[in-house]
Amino acid sequence: MKIIVCVKQVPDTSGKLAVNPDGTLNRASMETITNPDDLNAVEAALKLKDETGCEVIAVTMGPPPAEGMLREIMARGADRGVLISAREFGGSDTYATSQIIAAAIEHIGLEKDDIVFCGRQAIDGDTAQVGPQIAEKLNLPQVTYAQDICKDGDTLTVQRALEDGYMTIKVQTPCMITCIKELNEPRYMSIGGIYEAYEKPMEVFDYNTLKDSPLIDVNNIGLAGSPTNILTSFTPPQKGAGQMLEGADQETCDKLAGMLAEKHMI
Amino acid sequence: MQNFDSSNVSAFKDVWVFCEQREGKLMPTDFELLSEGRRLADELGVKLVGLLLGDNVEGLAKELGGYGADKVIVADHQLLGVYTTDGYTKVICDIIAEEKPEIFLIGASNIGRDLGPRCAARLHTGLCADCTHLDVDVANYQEFLRNNSVLPEDRITKTNTARVLGQPHDVAKDLKMTRPAFGGNLMATIICPRFRPSMATVRPGVLKKGAFDEAKANAVEVVKANVELSEADMQTEVVEVVKAAKKLVDLVGAEYVVSVGRGISSNVEEGIKIAHDLADALGGVVGGSRAAIDSGWLTADHQVGQTGKTVHPKIYVALGISGAIQHKAGMQESECIIAVNKNASAPIFEIADYGITGDLFKVAPMLVEAIKAAKAAK
Repeated sequence: MKIIVCVKQVPDTSGKLAVNPDGTLNRASMETITNPDDLNAVEAALKLKDETGCEVIAVTMGPPPAEGMLREIMARGADRGVLISAREFGGSDTYATSQIIAAAIEHIGLEKDDIVFCGRQAIDGDTAQVGPQIAEKLNLPQVTYAQDICKDGDTLTVQRALEDGYMTIKVQTPCMITCIKELNEPRYMSIGGIYEAYEKPMEVFDYNTLKDSPLIDVNNIGLAGSPTNILTSFTPPQKGAGQMLEGADQETCDKLAGMLAEKHMI
Repeated sequence: MQNFDSSNVSAFKDVWVFCEQREGKLMPTDFELLSEGRRLADELGVKLVGLLLGDNVEGLAKELGGYGADKVIVADHQLLGVYTTDGYTKVICDIIAEEKPEIFLIGASNIGRDLGPRCAARLHTGLCADCTHLDVDVANYQEFLRNNSVLPEDRITKTNTARVLGQPHDVAKDLKMTRPAFGGNLMATIICPRFRPSMATVRPGVLKKGAFDEAKANAVEVVKANVELSEADMQTEVVEVVKAAKKLVDLVGAEYVVSVGRGISSNVEEGIKIAHDLADALGGVVGGSRAAIDSGWLTADHQVGQTGKTVHPKIYVALGISGAIQHKAGMQESECIIAVNKNASAPIFEIADYGITGDLFKVAPMLVEAIKAAKAAK
């Protein structure tokens, strides 16, 4: 049994964002982190590894520096890393991205009792699309928004979060599960783990590695394979600064309530 | 699904809305989407169609008509009573392949966000996630940019064409799907020029629901879809659906929201009580920042922000919330924002209409008194 966990390196959107004069994002100036939901996916995989001794493979698609993130995942306990990286893959939207990752998963080989874990969504794009699209391309059953996972033989019982509760879903392996932060508390890297991480195998899948896959075709990867195009990107106008009220006393509060009443806000 | 060609763009027509139901009840988002869909259908001069899946749900069709649907396609099947990815995806994709809608809108609920990408991948088309604004008409779109962006006029004028695979492409027929990315710091308008349907999931609570029209409700055309679905199509089994024991807070529909953040950490119990007092005085509900939810002070249904709910109440009061972009993303469209924070340089003051620098434990109770008095004086 093995678990493939898909992770993404993202700009840290909680930090200061830098926007270029043309309205695009200056990614170069931003710190990168492992996408938070993906760390929950990694932890879910490592918990199953603790229980069953299965192999955990961390997979990411991105530029060569993303290897550093894979080493961090290995320092937490993953057994090997796969970096999918090629110029041909650049400019992919979610459709093309999932096509490429699905091809990579097929290349690794998915067997009867294997599981694919993803995070619910990445904080840069916030689409939550890649997991389900990988599942569709691989014809795997999916359960998204997993907040609890219980494994019994080849059956997973998953609590899938809803806005007003949850559903309990039974699914058989192989399957694809997307994870949310309620699922678990990601573990830290250990010092020993960091040393070991650099001894563990790291593979790079480039265009040549995957080009023979039936999923890979110049028309369904990269920009040419992306059904969506960006028409415009822009920054919203900063709302004009409001009114700072002097003093934090009853008089100030009365004045504020008075202004709200005058504008029929209350 | 056989012989379906999503790239034969001219073969597609009409605007469709996926009308989500849970336990035989329509979701509020359905009405928001239908009202918006009505506008898009009018811009295109085509029909608005509601797509309703469930077990014995035909009776809901009339209400969908009242919010703008010309026609409702009902897919009734005992296996569609509870949402499953496999069942819903198969039935929807089969109907879409047959009927070829031009635009397909889905509410970005936990269910819609599971369903949308699966359908888009099967149909080989584009999906824009969590949209907050939609247009077809170019002039309307450009007007939207004038009011909601800092783009110069010459760049706005140029938005009537896009570069698609290196070639200029006239966007007059494309759905222009605008959405926030990077926590709301950047907006992007996405098109799906080469494939149909153009699919979008739409953030609940962002678009406005129109008025219910009795005449339209009575005039709606209801069509039963031919559903081919069996147990063999289902790869997952829903064992149970559990509702949260407590009544959930209706943040999205609230006119007044009082939210608390890290600023109540010194006395959480008192902070929550103060927020409730203020919410009661205003006639609203209590929300919280991610910090308040992650610390366990409030349950997740109270969360406002990028990973929580988007709200646009009349008045939003931020008590002890610094105003990280992830939080702002969920509340900056509020009509009036009042911020109370000890730190005069907190980013929340950049978007607040009224700011008070001070201790929320002292200011909020005074605000309660002031609001009560102002209301009594009316």
